[in-house]
Amino acid sequence: MKICITSEGNTLDSLVDPRFGRCRYFIIVDSDTIIFEAVENASAAAGGGAGIQAGQLMAAKGVKAVLTGNVGPNAFQTLSAAGIDIFTGITGTVKEAIDKFKQGSLKAEAGPTVSSHSGMK
Amino acid sequence: MIISIASGKGGTGKTTVAVNLALSLDNAQLLDCDVEEPNAHIFLNPIISDKIPAYVPVPEIDKDKCTYCGKCAEVCAYHAIAVIPANNGKKGNVLVFPHLCHGCGACSLLCPADAIKEVKKEIGVVEVGDSGDIQFVHGILNVGEIMSPPLIRQVKQYINPTRTAIIDAPPGTTCPVIEAVKGSDFCILVTEPTPFGLYDLKLAVEVLNKLTIPFGVVINRSDIGDDKTEIYCREHNIPDLMRIPFDREIAELYSKGIPLVKEKKEYKTGFNNLYKTILKSIK
Repeated sequence: MKICITSEGNTLDSLVDPRFGRCRYFIIVDSDTIIFEAVENASAAAGGGAGIQAGQLMAAKGVKAVLTGNVGPNAFQTLSAAGIDIFTGITGTVKEAIDKFKQGSLKAEAGPTVSSHSGMK
Repeated sequence: MIISIASGKGGTGKTTVAVNLALSLDNAQLLDCDVEEPNAHIFLNPIISDKIPAYVPVPEIDKDKCTYCGKCAEVCAYHAIAVIPANNGKKGNVLVFPHLCHGCGACSLLCPADAIKEVKKEIGVVEVGDSGDIQFVHGILNVGEIMSPPLIRQVKQYINPTRTAIIDAPPGTTCPVIEAVKGSDFCILVTEPTPFGLYDLKLAVEVLNKLTIPFGVVINRSDIGDDKTEIYCREHNIPDLMRIPFDREIAELYSKGIPLVKEKKEYKTGFNNLYKTILKSIK
């Protein structure tokens, strides 16, 4: 299953970036094979709509679940429309996040966890 | 003739200058383009004769026609549209975020399936009226709206070419200010002789130079602070148009919402001279 972890760097040992729309990298990984792709976030410094862009990228990449720190309302709406599960409050390394996901102990979020533009702060 | 009043720094006395200049002329129109916090009406108490709701066009998607090709999201410079492509037999989806939309119309123009039509979203109101001999117009942006330039544009549609139109601009140096001052024959920059006033004055000067609008400076509370503003103006050949002192009487009138020229007649002559200086300088 294809999942995405927001990351501060481009490896599995990088730390999870707590922001979704404005994270540094998206690590898109197959949770079974652990074959991954690190996508630099072109919208990290966008004036507005970063979460919407990121949400569309997830849909285009065929991601089924997003693991991150927080999501804002626009990103939440976009991800939900694409039927992508959202897991927030994730900390530690990308690899640890993948392990937690595989254990099945995470609970999907039912709403945005922060307000608009929180990732800009 | 269109004269705009801008400042860079907030609270320097734009509205004071705009209102008193309008009251000192015979054939004036005052347009308050500080639509986030219009306040010229407090000085002028106009009788409002017309209230016109202001709208911006925002996209509405016809989901029967939409092919989820993503063109609209791609051309939207403000990321106000998200397109989720169809996937594994699941239908696609389009989301519109109206508060991010600037109403540019690119999405509806470029949609290959003709699936986007523009619908009106109300952002505020334009009020038109009279205060004595002064024609009065202002815009009031709805609380929570972020797109003030379209409303400023709609206020400026009421500019009366047979009058001296005085535009009270918002503070700052961003889009709303540019929308308010563009098209002016002259811009008065109101400042105060403090490090804060001077810093923001320099930014405003850069904006006006870019827009190639002739301008001059009115120094308000001119006897406080230092002489750096005066020196800056001299060194850059910026006309030093008028000085308003830091005067208790002026402050008291302001605190009661009474325009300065109503009680202190010598200022009527002062603002008249300001107008004449502007006329001379743009000839």
